[in-house]
Amino acid sequence: MGKVLDLVRCFDRMRLVMIAVGEKVLMRGCEAMAEAAIRAGCRFYAGYPITPQSELAEYMARELPKYGGVFIQSESEIAAINMVLGASVTGTRAMTSSSSPGISLKQEGISYLAGCELPAVIANFGRGGPGLGNIAPSDADYFQATKGGGHGDYRNIVLAPYSVQETVELTHLAFDLADRYRNPVLILCSGLIAQMMEPVEFMPFKGGEGHSQKEEKPWALTGARGRPSMVIKSLYLQDVELEGHDLKLQEKYREIREKEVRVEAQHLEGGRATPEERAKLVVVAFGTAARVAASAVEEAREGGLPVGLIRPITLFPFPRDFIRKAAEGTDRFLVLELSGGQMVEDVELAVRGRVPVEFYGRMGGVVPSPEEYLAEIRKRL
Amino acid sequence: MKLVFDRPRSMRDKPMHFCPGCSHGIVHRLVAEAVDALGLRERTVAVAPVGCAVFMYEYMDFDVTEAPHGRSPAVATGIKRSRPDLFVFTYQGDGDIGAIGLAEIISAANRGENFSVVFVNNTVYGMTGGQMAPTTLLGQRTTTTPRGREAKTEGHPLRMAELISGLEAPYYVARVAVDSPAHIARARKAILRAFQIQVEEKGFSFVEVLGACPLNWGLSPTEAIKRVQEELIPYYPLEVFKDKSGAE
Ligand code: SF4
Repeated sequence: MGKVLDLVRCFDRMRLVMIAVGEKVLMRGCEAMAEAAIRAGCRFYAGYPITPQSELAEYMARELPKYGGVFIQSESEIAAINMVLGASVTGTRAMTSSSSPGISLKQEGISYLAGCELPAVIANFGRGGPGLGNIAPSDADYFQATKGGGHGDYRNIVLAPYSVQETVELTHLAFDLADRYRNPVLILCSGLIAQMMEPVEFMPFKGGEGHSQKEEKPWALTGARGRPSMVIKSLYLQDVELEGHDLKLQEKYREIREKEVRVEAQHLEGGRATPEERAKLVVVAFGTAARVAASAVEEAREGGLPVGLIRPITLFPFPRDFIRKAAEGTDRFLVLELSGGQMVEDVELAVRGRVPVEFYGRMGGVVPSPEEYLAEIRKRL
Repeated sequence: MKLVFDRPRSMRDKPMHFCPGCSHGIVHRLVAEAVDALGLRERTVAVAPVGCAVFMYEYMDFDVTEAPHGRSPAVATGIKRSRPDLFVFTYQGDGDIGAIGLAEIISAANRGENFSVVFVNNTVYGMTGGQMAPTTLLGQRTTTTPRGREAKTEGHPLRMAELISGLEAPYYVARVAVDSPAHIARARKAILRAFQIQVEEKGFSFVEVLGACPLNWGLSPTEAIKRVQEELIPYYPLEVFKDKSGAE
């Protein structure tokens, strides 16, 4: 595998040729995200170095200018998100990425993006916290990502990939959703995915390889030529005026909840299942925990254990109705997270006390093995 | 009859909300005149500050975006780098540029970003009700320096134009005032020059404008102008600190 890696790194051009013919290449998660972002039309990236995802910025620094894009190493995470805001004001597809402490610094800017209804893609490769914590993989930023994070009534669309391949696919989706809803989209994954190397197949360039991505967006500020001058703002001094704006945002979030839920399930047969096939225990996990949980659930199934898996891919909108429905056909839920218990609160809200919801989490950057999860599953059956 | 004085095309016909004797009205007009003089209105994207000038977009008839307090230079960087064909400037106050946004302004200036900054220094936080600014003069009483600013505890007033001109990259750095017709004429020239430099793609241009905030100084408009002349200008000299083209 090391040899393949060397080859990939040395023969950058060849790699691109390989990608072009649709072959799979072995790539680190955060670099694959950078390549996918460029292919999705991202033409502006600003970021500040932070482990474990600095390779994403390095990839952008090297590749983005080749497509007429702009890379800036900013003076801070705060500046990075505001540079992205500026690029987005002009209608340019823009992104920034960081890891937990850096994402905390970006919250002010994310709130402004949401308030100004500006699209942007923000990737958080989570690491252990709180505070400086460590650089080991964690998903403890779930609350921050899904419940707002910054000030005011707003929501990010939150996507949670669990493999390098899915990181690529969700990066394309992130840019499309950001534009469609004029809203920040967060890609939340643990630092493990940033550093994990897996074979990936890239999607084609949006609008073809040479496309400049400078298409006009009717709301973008590009100078008042042949049209009245326009303003992008989140300031509404009168209370009812601001409430009107807030209601518009809430309506948007309602539409997102209705149309954009993405969830994957395994071994949930629903009403069609015979009593023997029914999953008596349903595991709910996202991102890295879901990756490990999927192996544990497969193994449990092979051993004849009646267990199923629900993997939310969108954390906002959360697959609440899907989980609520699953609660009708199971005896209990087990929520597995790389945190002290965050998504479990949303699962509880969805289940509404119909069946017990149990939790097992590891913190501080500890990534459990499938055996560890399997033991937790066994305990509950 | 011949029309000898009119509203610049880049300004809307709207009464301003500023207090009597406030300098923002004059500076707004100078900015609009410069945009018109260079024919930039239709490719301008300005970055409005947080502070008394937050409603700049109500008075200007070109595209304006909001920015979080202090972050205007980062926002302007994002705009200008992704669309170098646009004309971009920030309009900032002293708290915005000298306190909360110090990192953003120094870094943008140091990168030599090709946009312009109009910085209005009135030595006080206006909109929040007259608190100490980084540029508040020693001894000046504000709501947070009720006994007057002391160097020992609050440090010395920040000379932003001098600070920026000490950097390698900036192309043009000047300080002007709008306390008298002669000074206003010089201010008009400086803003025009700064904008011209951006149009010529020469790099970062910065104009500090000394202004009055009669309301928070507790002075009448005429007393406030006197204060600009007798207290501000001696500490904040009016100069072109840097002009890489050598011309003034
Ligand atoms: S408070 Fe001061 S700066 Fe603000 S509008 Fe009034 S005079 Fe002008």
